[in-house]
Amino acid sequence: MTSHTFDTVQVGDELPILQVAPVDRTMLALFAGASGDHNPIHIDIDVARRAGLPDVFAHGMLGMAWLARLVTGWVPQSAVRRLDVRFLGITHLGNAMQCSGRVAAKLDHEGERCVRIELQSVNQFGQVKLLGEALVAIS
Amino acid sequence: MIDKKWIGHRFPASTLTIERGRLQFFAKAIGESRPAYTDLAAARAAGFPDLLVPPTFLFAVELDSGTLERLITQLQIPIPKLLHGEQGFTYHRAAYAGDTVTVHSTITDIYEKKNGALEFVVKTSRALNQREEVVAELRSVIVCRH
Repeated sequence: MTSHTFDTVQVGDELPILQVAPVDRTMLALFAGASGDHNPIHIDIDVARRAGLPDVFAHGMLGMAWLARLVTGWVPQSAVRRLDVRFLGITHLGNAMQCSGRVAAKLDHEGERCVRIELQSVNQFGQVKLLGEALVAIS
Repeated sequence: MIDKKWIGHRFPASTLTIERGRLQFFAKAIGESRPAYTDLAAARAAGFPDLLVPPTFLFAVELDSGTLERLITQLQIPIPKLLHGEQGFTYHRAAYAGDTVTVHSTITDIYEKKNGALEFVVKTSRALNQREEVVAELRSVIVCRH
């Protein structure tokens, strides 16, 4: 992991992109079990169809977990103070999410030097599925 | 309509002892392969007492206990209309495999938009470890789409 300092980091700096493989049913089955989210709408096509949907779709928290990986790939997890996301749209099977982050501000937060990172997760069609922010301490 | 009487409702605490194998399974499911999340010897060599709990894993505590499912049932939100609108975590200290985390949740707001076509339920939570130290605060916005 590259180490960053408050002085060297600049507003506008971009985090290295995290490109995730296209969502498939195996991923959703594994995430259902590992995350404890057993809602069948994510893993059982019959349930999804009865709900009027064409197919199963990804858990929102799977998309957030990828954004968290992006952040903890840039700073150690111990530096992460906040992580907030909004889920803007359904992440469908076949969507290959590109997670990106950009330094939006350098600030003092509760007596600590921090940077605020704007986060987004976009599929291969340019559709934004998650938007968020991370606040990370940086000395 | 979701009854606004639920604002202020506190849910029974949920407790989860975070097992190493569960974290390895979670890491696999999210494509996390760095050794501090998957390999005990590597985590210890890096100075951690055990495998690191990834940032979003704490959301599992109230799923495992069934608290989240009961909330959705009690509020009479049909599963097909349910969406996760927002999620936030504020972190206070690290959690590791072997920790027992207890989550206390309260419904802090219920509101609607678009003349009731969208209803929002805000739940805020505190996650404490076995030493009663605050590990994180969580904020979830659940959406019911009519």
